[in-house]
Amino acid sequence: MVYVLEVNGAGHSLEVPAERSLLSVLRDELDLTGTKYGCGEGQCGACTVLLDGRPVRSCRTNVGSVGKRKITTIEGLEQNGHLHPVQQAFLESEAFQCAYCTSGMIISAVGLLGRTPHPTEEEIRNQMNGNVCRCGTYSRIIAAVKQAARRG
Amino acid sequence: MATRTNEFDLELQEQCGIRRLSYGFELGRRDFFKLMGAGVLVCLAATPFEAQESGDDDDETIPKTVSAWLHIGEDGRVSVFTGKSEMGQNIRTSLTQQVAEELHVPMSAITLVMGDTALTPFDIGTFGSRTTPTMGPQLRKAAACMREILLGMAANRLHTDRSTLVAADGKIRNPRTGQSLSFAQLSRGQRFATVIEDAQLTPASGWHVAGCPTPKVEGRAFVTGEHKYTTDLKQPGMMYGKVLRAPAFRATLVSLDSSDAEKMSGVKVIRDGAFVGVVAPDEFMAAKALAVLKAKWEWPPQISEAQLFKSLREKRATQGQSYDKNGADVRGSVEEGLRTADKTLAQTYTVSYIAHTPLEPRAAVADWHDGKVTVWTGSQRPFGVRDELADAFRLSHQQVRVIIPDTGSAYGGKHTGDAALEAARLAKAAEKPVKLVWTREEEFTWSYFRPSGVIDIKSGARKDGIITAWQHDNYNSGSSGIETPYNVPNQRIEFHPSDAPLRQGSYRGLAAPANFFARESHMDELAHAIGMDPLEFRLKNLTDARLRAVFQAAAEKFGWGRQKSSPTCGFGIGGGTEKGSYVATCAEIGIDPATGELHVERIVEAFECGAVMNPDGLENQITGAITQGLGGALFEAIHFDHGKILNPHLAQYRVPRFVDLLRVEVVVLDRKDLPSAGAGETPIMGVAPAIANAIFSATGIRLRGLPLVPNGLEKT
Repeated sequence: MVYVLEVNGAGHSLEVPAERSLLSVLRDELDLTGTKYGCGEGQCGACTVLLDGRPVRSCRTNVGSVGKRKITTIEGLEQNGHLHPVQQAFLESEAFQCAYCTSGMIISAVGLLGRTPHPTEEEIRNQMNGNVCRCGTYSRIIAAVKQAARRG
Repeated sequence: MATRTNEFDLELQEQCGIRRLSYGFELGRRDFFKLMGAGVLVCLAATPFEAQESGDDDDETIPKTVSAWLHIGEDGRVSVFTGKSEMGQNIRTSLTQQVAEELHVPMSAITLVMGDTALTPFDIGTFGSRTTPTMGPQLRKAAACMREILLGMAANRLHTDRSTLVAADGKIRNPRTGQSLSFAQLSRGQRFATVIEDAQLTPASGWHVAGCPTPKVEGRAFVTGEHKYTTDLKQPGMMYGKVLRAPAFRATLVSLDSSDAEKMSGVKVIRDGAFVGVVAPDEFMAAKALAVLKAKWEWPPQISEAQLFKSLREKRATQGQSYDKNGADVRGSVEEGLRTADKTLAQTYTVSYIAHTPLEPRAAVADWHDGKVTVWTGSQRPFGVRDELADAFRLSHQQVRVIIPDTGSAYGGKHTGDAALEAARLAKAAEKPVKLVWTREEEFTWSYFRPSGVIDIKSGARKDGIITAWQHDNYNSGSSGIETPYNVPNQRIEFHPSDAPLRQGSYRGLAAPANFFARESHMDELAHAIGMDPLEFRLKNLTDARLRAVFQAAAEKFGWGRQKSSPTCGFGIGGGTEKGSYVATCAEIGIDPATGELHVERIVEAFECGAVMNPDGLENQITGAITQGLGGALFEAIHFDHGKILNPHLAQYRVPRFVDLLRVEVVVLDRKDLPSAGAGETPIMGVAPAIANAIFSATGIRLRGLPLVPNGLEKT
């Protein structure tokens, strides 16, 4: 099947099996490697991308199910050399150690702030609970999300 | 006094002695190294221990026994070469700070070349919190010496005495005349190399860059997704590999029908010795090919979880577990100490197997050219992986190059080269570069685990709070942190290696988190037995001023003793010293009376590691270690039955998440008068005992096994 995917504002025509994961297509076919494989089970959130602004696990999303929805990956957040406010807040708070989870964390946070522009700490904890940071930088991530929310 | 001798050698064996997987590959050929261009080069001679081998045998300006080198190119760029690996512990930043401090250049002028066996000096590995106490001073010496050389060169060029010159901001300047020469101007056209053994270092009290909060070097690349981990690398014509895994440990392959896979276009099946793998043009197809392999296996009966602790006690180590400490460490007479005690106790503590679960799974990209192989992989031991590759393919060290991209964490779990060997074997057969990324299930099954263990402690104390006897026997989990920091005249401490059922190896802090858990839980039990406050009891038996200081600092910040525990709220404390640093942890837990659900409300930890290098990075490490420690303390455990892992998925193996910990407060005691120690491991060690002791203070229930409450308190 040929699929046309809209990724970060650009259209890509790809001939791939429908059941291939969106994650592998983004990484291996489009070289958008900022989105990570962490578990392949939808349990760690490292592969999170936005579909029409909603965070989804790209490892559990078949490419055939994407349709016309707009895909946003970590590479699509920076605009004209300016980091997205969430990226900027993560950088300033140094909300990472090995940073392998960071793309997924940032994308999940962008999705959260899209729905809830001023989340409480409890909302951040609950909404981001599907994202794992094995290095344990959760408190900094919460601080970064709050900071990004403040700056709007 | 066997447990106190050769501690580093033993740790090294513990770190490096992880059983290798056996593949039995066939042959290969040579390689050679090329190094830097013109400029100025300073090499630091290695201590006898480090001087096992060098990264380069060909360049005559570089001796065989250097531990680090530093080069200033004709463009003034400073390149520092170290065999250490960056895995999130942030040493790329802290080492860069130290070079900037001594060399008087901006951080941005420095590039650290790390973990590349063709470019960097030999390094035993990045573990044991050793980068800060050992590699740090080495790079500082090289940088200080480079500064002195540049001062000398500038004095010659400017026809002045060097005492009139100063180094600042990448230049040598004469403040009186205003004349200056940049490092680039000085190094241009030079081919100057020197080897030094020592240099005068700036004391911590005079630091301007080291010791200051410093953002992560190249941090931007991590928030944009630009940084390339091993899993992100791509080579022209690269294929994707998968490895056929046995259904159980110690299984042998009886038969294999690979005909269906071989019919698939672009797929190749590789069988060599005990190894079976496939390569395909993409990962999807590789997984499909793997799925249609028809393999029959046989495996022997094996020890299951139900028999684990009994087995660890009874089965003495045979091969591959050789980090024996040759007997007990004895002081005085435990029997005598127990006779003079008013209260005696004997208890057993256990710890489960747990998994490191680095978010970036084991992965490698391998590429062969002319009988030489280059492998990119996430590992703590680039030279160890090189040796494994050389052994497996019968190559010389020069024919193998291992490159470690900054890695998606390890926590002691990435000492071996398993994925590197597998990718190299696949690439050799494919005659193309091959990438292999382990699945999460492979991670949970075929990597190695933090050892399980059984710890017996027997003790005695007088009514006045003085400990009279202490006996600590650790079966299988390891000897790190086994000593007691308390003053006990009569003690017997021994590690007993066992023949363990699962592949096991180093984990953040090695056995110290287990030994701390047992010791600090037992200290709490003993304090309660004689009716003394657990903090007061510890301090009564403690003269180590640094450890007393962290206990007191943690207790003060926590408000120890200010609040009484209740059935729904408890307070606990634990601490100790390990790897040159000191930790004390206080925990507050809350229990929902209706459900028995336990929650850790608050952790306060005081930590001291000498002169602090990067206060912000340190706070991040400590908080992270506390969070990770929560998992091993409360709910992490690998379950297994007859050679099979029963919970090899993140949905079944619970790791700490956002909702698990409410408040963490860290108190750092910065001792600028003391050498810097590492901080990657020790901050994890007080967490489990502090929580176990807090649970006891609330409920009167003494939990002596880790994890403490895998199913909530009610069901325990």
